[in-house]
Amino acid sequence: MSFIQIRALEKTWPDGTAAVRRFDLDIAAGEFTVLLGPSGCGKTTTLRMIAGLETPTSGKILLNGADVTHLPPSRRDVGFVFQFYALYPHMSVAENIAFPLACTGVARAERIAAVAEIAERLCISNLLNRRPRELPGGDQQRVALARAMIRKPAVWLMDEPLGTLDAELRAQLCEFIRARQIEARVATIYVTHDQDEAMRLADRVIVMNAGEILQIGAPSEMYLRPSSIFTARFVGSPGMNLIEGEVISNGGARAFAPRGGNIKLIIPNMNFAGPAWLGVRPEGVRCGMGATASGDLAGRIAVDAFAGSARFYHIDCAFGRVVARHDPGGRGAAGESVYLTFDPASICIFNAADGRRVS
Amino acid sequence: MKYLRFLIIIGYGAVATLPLLWVVLSSMKHRADTISLHAKVVPAPTAPADPASITFEATAEAWRDLAAVHAGAQASFWHYLANSIIIGVLSTIASLALGTACAYGFSRFRIPGSGDWLFFILSTRFLPPLAVVVPVLMMYRELDLQGTHAGLILLYTIFNLSLSVWLMKGFLDEIPRAFEEAALVDGYTRWQAFLRVVLPEARTGMAVTAVFCIISAWNEYGFAMTLNSSGAITVPAYFAGLQGNIDGMPWPQIAAGALVFVAPIIIFTICTRKNLLRGMTFGTIKQ
Amino acid sequence: MKDPVLRISNLQKSYGGRRVLDGVQFDVSAGEFTVVLGPTGAGKTTLLRTIAGLETPDAGNIIMNGADALSLPPAARDVALVFQNFSLYPGKTVRANLEFPLRAPERGLGESDIKDRVAKAASMLHIERLLDRPARQLSGGEMQRVAIGRAIVRRPSLFLMDEPLTNLDAKLREELRVELRELARGLGAPVLWVTHDPSEALSMADRIIVLIAGRILQIGAPENVYFAPASPEVARQLGSPPINLISAVASGDLWRCADGTPICNIKHPAPASALLGIRPEHIAPTGGESPATVEVVENMGPTRVVVARFGSVVLHLLTSRDFSARPGDIIFPRVDGGKIIVWSA
Repeated sequence: MSFIQIRALEKTWPDGTAAVRRFDLDIAAGEFTVLLGPSGCGKTTTLRMIAGLETPTSGKILLNGADVTHLPPSRRDVGFVFQFYALYPHMSVAENIAFPLACTGVARAERIAAVAEIAERLCISNLLNRRPRELPGGDQQRVALARAMIRKPAVWLMDEPLGTLDAELRAQLCEFIRARQIEARVATIYVTHDQDEAMRLADRVIVMNAGEILQIGAPSEMYLRPSSIFTARFVGSPGMNLIEGEVISNGGARAFAPRGGNIKLIIPNMNFAGPAWLGVRPEGVRCGMGATASGDLAGRIAVDAFAGSARFYHIDCAFGRVVARHDPGGRGAAGESVYLTFDPASICIFNAADGRRVS
Repeated sequence: MKYLRFLIIIGYGAVATLPLLWVVLSSMKHRADTISLHAKVVPAPTAPADPASITFEATAEAWRDLAAVHAGAQASFWHYLANSIIIGVLSTIASLALGTACAYGFSRFRIPGSGDWLFFILSTRFLPPLAVVVPVLMMYRELDLQGTHAGLILLYTIFNLSLSVWLMKGFLDEIPRAFEEAALVDGYTRWQAFLRVVLPEARTGMAVTAVFCIISAWNEYGFAMTLNSSGAITVPAYFAGLQGNIDGMPWPQIAAGALVFVAPIIIFTICTRKNLLRGMTFGTIKQ
Repeated sequence: MKDPVLRISNLQKSYGGRRVLDGVQFDVSAGEFTVVLGPTGAGKTTLLRTIAGLETPDAGNIIMNGADALSLPPAARDVALVFQNFSLYPGKTVRANLEFPLRAPERGLGESDIKDRVAKAASMLHIERLLDRPARQLSGGEMQRVAIGRAIVRRPSLFLMDEPLTNLDAKLREELRVELRELARGLGAPVLWVTHDPSEALSMADRIIVLIAGRILQIGAPENVYFAPASPEVARQLGSPPINLISAVASGDLWRCADGTPICNIKHPAPASALLGIRPEHIAPTGGESPATVEVVENMGPTRVVVARFGSVVLHLLTSRDFSARPGDIIFPRVDGGKIIVWSA
């Protein structure tokens, strides 16, 4: 039996809008689960229902076998990290961090040791005697994380805890959260709109949109085999290239004919035929500089975006815009002509009618 | 639970509106019925045969008599109502305008010792205004402001100023500076930005402040009474002045006048109630 | 040689004894997209506000189009500023918001001119269908588009953008980056764009200005700042995962960690001890001599980040997604000695 079971969870706001629909999820002990989706997709509402801060309209939440659906937050044994720091202004940093331990009857010496240890790992040892309001936002969020993660409750719930921080600090805290979670083996549910964070942290990613779960899977699966157009576009930075067209019979095999282009791409092992989208990750697009070789896909670089360890060319073709990942040494500039080839192994085909993947 | 809530609201409503209802009934009575030993609560078209009956003959006499000049007064109710309106409205406009301008300064500019200044402004409220009635009276006598509209307008404006500065500062602080800064960069002068961007955003706060100012000026009694022998007598002072006149208190006329007197405030408050509610919770929650 | 659109020299600004801008100096040329990159509190916003005329510097000069701008009020500087927190007047419609800058009395534009400019900006930003909606009903992304529209209608000689994408969803941010970069090329006027997001800076900029604690530490093309950072502080600002910074000593032809673990060959003449900057993509997970223990493996889509303990230091590696490792595995990282950055210690 899994550690957290969520069954048919629904939330409808008083004005009739459905925030969360048909939400079913099982989470194993010690698993790191990320709820990923755009603003307003219901991910935070789901998290708040699990914490007990929001009452579900219907459905059940079981924690370690016990039904907690109607228990108040204090009796659920969850640790919650808010997007905005929510520290107690009248306590020092050390008191803030020790607060969750104070009510569990941990001995004083032990508390002090625990605070010192976690403060050390978050590089806030020198701030322990300060008041939260004297600290900049980044340090406040470190304190908030320390407070939430000093205790090992049944579940850690995190609502975009890194959303407002600088990139450098975000990367650092991301690593802290992951390392602390791995060593503590506390089941964690983490909400974010940032697919990058989701990919880096998660054992399993839950992609949500408009209140519903679209796909559940490991990050690599989500990335390589997205089940729908939405996931394909949302996961990955930049997301998957999607080209509109049709799968047609081409002799004995099937081929994809992009709309607006007069080319065909042979698609092996394919039963589907009809209007479709072809998806290919930017690293599956190879681009060569210069004039078009016959039969290849011709394009022109519209934007050349350097990204440090890679370079992304945004290329305009007859059938729309395609992004290609290139090594950072590439010398293509905006306006230059290029030709493209797609790596057959990284091609996905989606049914245009329902947006689901068919190969 | 739902019913209990309902009952409490009904109960409170009854208690709160009872005095008002009594005033409405009194305004429909003959004077004798208002001071009758038997409670007269049901209006009827004709006088009851039994003097102990709870019914009374309804009449519009009191409403017609609002235009009459009572013994001990120099003019009719309408004259004093006009005084109240002139003084109440002008002092409200003045304290709102001055208060908003002052609050804007405190809210947006670095003013040396601004904390102390704000405290000083608040401190003018520490004493009940009436405590300074004697010195004010003496000053007004010297300045020939006694019994003038200007005198009362000036006084009410000043007494309301601290309230309006503090309230407006609270509201203006909530309006992002970027609102005006965007306008400044966009090519507007500070004055234009204030008029076109800040004032429209501050409407709520100004409505709230205006309600408080006008209520306190409208209902003020002590100064209106002591600074006046004639000239700028307002309605509260007028009613009080009717006391002890040789015809006895004209209760029905006072009741009718009181209704006319509170009507504008009630209507004004109802019109701005959305703003008032927003205003009360403004600034209490911060993201 | 034409005058630069903006020339800033020796700008100084303090708040209550704290130096916010300390000798800031740079030029912005016509058509250039310049990104000011720095952490929170580096003085980026103050810099923009000073250029816009909303703050007065303690010292220094601001020359715009060859003329001194310091004495001019904001309204006369002909710059458009997009704010991070404020985007629109909530009570007005989108159209009224776009028209607002054009209706400033001094501008003296005719009604048909105003209509025309609003229509052009709206079509550029694909917000035609929003024009008659009240601003408060828009989503975050829509608001930011309109906010940028408010700047575009002005046709100023310089655009100042203060983290316009920071408060948006990551996905939206990524899409708008590309869109706005393309749009900027068509605007003609240069853009000075402030951000704390390194990937925004790398992907959008013609030139990056790295500003830390009120000082400019480096100015250069994105590739230049990324591959040849002037100092460890600059190096740390750019790159995800962050650059590895390791104190090392030269022994023979090898760089070694303080504890003696060999890192890589010395390829160029080197000081005896140094701080090495090693980009995670320049460390291969195999082929090295010294072992490292994998602590965390993160998935980045096309790549993986491997965090491994290497002697006394923690290394970040960027590997292809085909490389699989689990926490606890032993790997032998190989550092590409030709690509490391050496700062003498």
